[in-house]
Amino acid sequence: MERVDSSGTITATTTEEIINSPLVIRNLQQRSLQEVLADYSQKPKPKETNLVDQVAEAVGLTPNIQVEKTVTIDRPASELYNYWRNLTNLPNFMKHLKSVTNKNEAGTVSHWVANAPLDLNVEWDAEIIADEPDHLIAWNALGNADINNCGLVRFQPATGNRGTQVKVVLEYQPPGGALTNAIAKLFGESPQEQIGDELNRFKQLMETGEIATTTGQPKGPK
Amino acid sequence: MKAVCWHSAHDVRVETVPDPKILNPRDAIIKITSTAICGSDLHLYEGNIPTMESGDILGHEFMGEVVETGKEVKNLQKGDRVVVPFTIACGGCFFCQKDLWSLCDNSNPNAWMAEKFYGHSPSGLFGYSHLLGGYAGGQAEYARIPYADVGPLKVPDDLEDDKVLFLTDIFPTGYMAAENADIEPGDTVAVWGCGPVGQFAIKSAYMLGAARVIAIDRFPERLQMAQEQGKAEVINYEEIDAGEALKEMTGGRGPDRCIEAVGMEAHGTDAMAAYDKVKQGVKLETGRPTALRQAIVACRKGGDSVYSWGIWWLGR
Ligand SMILES: NC(=O)c1ccc[n+]([C@@H]2O[C@H](COP(=O)([O-])OP(=O)(O)OC[C@H]3O[C@@H](n4cnc5c(N)ncnc54)[C@H](O)[C@@H]3O)[C@@H](O)[C@H]2O)c1
Ligand SMILES: [Zn+2]
Ligand SMILES: [Zn+2]
Repeated sequence: MERVDSSGTITATTTEEIINSPLVIRNLQQRSLQEVLADYSQKPKPKETNLVDQVAEAVGLTPNIQVEKTVTIDRPASELYNYWRNLTNLPNFMKHLKSVTNKNEAGTVSHWVANAPLDLNVEWDAEIIADEPDHLIAWNALGNADINNCGLVRFQPATGNRGTQVKVVLEYQPPGGALTNAIAKLFGESPQEQIGDELNRFKQLMETGEIATTTGQPKGPK
Repeated sequence: MKAVCWHSAHDVRVETVPDPKILNPRDAIIKITSTAICGSDLHLYEGNIPTMESGDILGHEFMGEVVETGKEVKNLQKGDRVVVPFTIACGGCFFCQKDLWSLCDNSNPNAWMAEKFYGHSPSGLFGYSHLLGGYAGGQAEYARIPYADVGPLKVPDDLEDDKVLFLTDIFPTGYMAAENADIEPGDTVAVWGCGPVGQFAIKSAYMLGAARVIAIDRFPERLQMAQEQGKAEVINYEEIDAGEALKEMTGGRGPDRCIEAVGMEAHGTDAMAAYDKVKQGVKLETGRPTALRQAIVACRKGGDSVYSWGIWWLGR
């Protein structure tokens, strides 16, 4: 059931409503995306809570970094879903990824390598935990990840038959220690902006067949 | 090749730079045969546009001959003469399909920067700051044209460069100002500024049904051109008060339509202008809307005032 909260915003209550709501992070209501996705996919992932998490939870903070960004693409949902579902395509438009390789034939388990500064490779395995053709793909990092993270991409027809709204929601937990800085830089100074930029590139690729660039053009001496 | 490079405010030089290459499948390279300097280049020259970098190649009004095409460009061939619109458009997005080319969703690789400044990003432009794409411009011997299958217009051999070059920017800008003014038959139209935009706005106003055009500037040679070529009546605002003169010349009613074709470095003679200059100096504002203010005041009740300096990205 959806209800209207005191601020007048429609609030989703079931996990399905949360995942399909216009403002996903807002509707998580203090829960982590990982928890909600685990509920939704019924593939619970045991949460390894460390002391920092426990303290943060006790004082009502979540240490997770969450970003959400939506773009409208003038292509049918099926085409966008199909391109994204082959996760090895992601580095074509996501600058922060070096590679994604499939670890099984169905492409449900994959190995992700991200470009981190100082030649540090940040790597993890991920599993697709929800896969609804032309609508939703959700993934979760498996144990031993350098960075615990999960995400979803959702495709919904835009109002008035005006393309497809593509929403990405990502959550990651900086691991603390030496890697924290490297990982903080992984998504730039503003993760929201970086994801927005990557979604723009996805849109360019889908709508025009190429990614707009100026890299390699002439320039005068400084 | 040789190219005009921006270094900082008031420091623009011709330099030797590498030739452009095809970077994307829908690119073309053209050898420039004619290029123009625009009133908008003055804003770069004055240092009023953010996100310019030393070494950037200037120029957004140019035409030339196709010398190379990317593998997805099927409509152009080596040797074709083309004139290139200054707004870079992909042809496939929501905005391009609505003919709002200057608002293309896909052609600005630095859209995130523009979104920070403006909320949304307009199209990428040639030679007009990194915020607007950072594309190398056409005041050079060669230029790379992205989405070359969309923008460039082929030019028939019997039309010389000077007859078509203005299609890149300045003629459509003046035309659009007149179009936005919703001119009705019998209207009197006033045009502030007799630079290239103003001159084209004058001609376009007549094309769109104006019965009378009154042009305002202070440079005699520009006013003369407006009078002789544009068939406008003219006001030199340094000699008489333009607002009062307009009222007198229109039976007290004011012009039906007012077009501001001056831009953000409007020259002013009143106290408000001095105030604007101070605000601009401390970067509270990057424009001095003297002429715009005058146009709004002078216009008849219920008339239309249209201003030109932001047109390309308002896209209306
Ligand atoms: N597509 C676009 O959006 C587009 C394209 C071209 C130019 N522009 C803008 O349009 C403006 C005009 O371009 P241009 O090439 O004709 O420039 P320009 O500088 O050659 O002409 C401007 C004219 O306005 C006159 N002027 C200054 N202050 C005035 C005042 N208070 N009252 C009346 N006249 C005044 C000047 O004397 C000058 O003749 C510029 O700001 C330019 O950036 C926009
Ligand atoms: Zn111009
Ligand atoms: Zn477009």
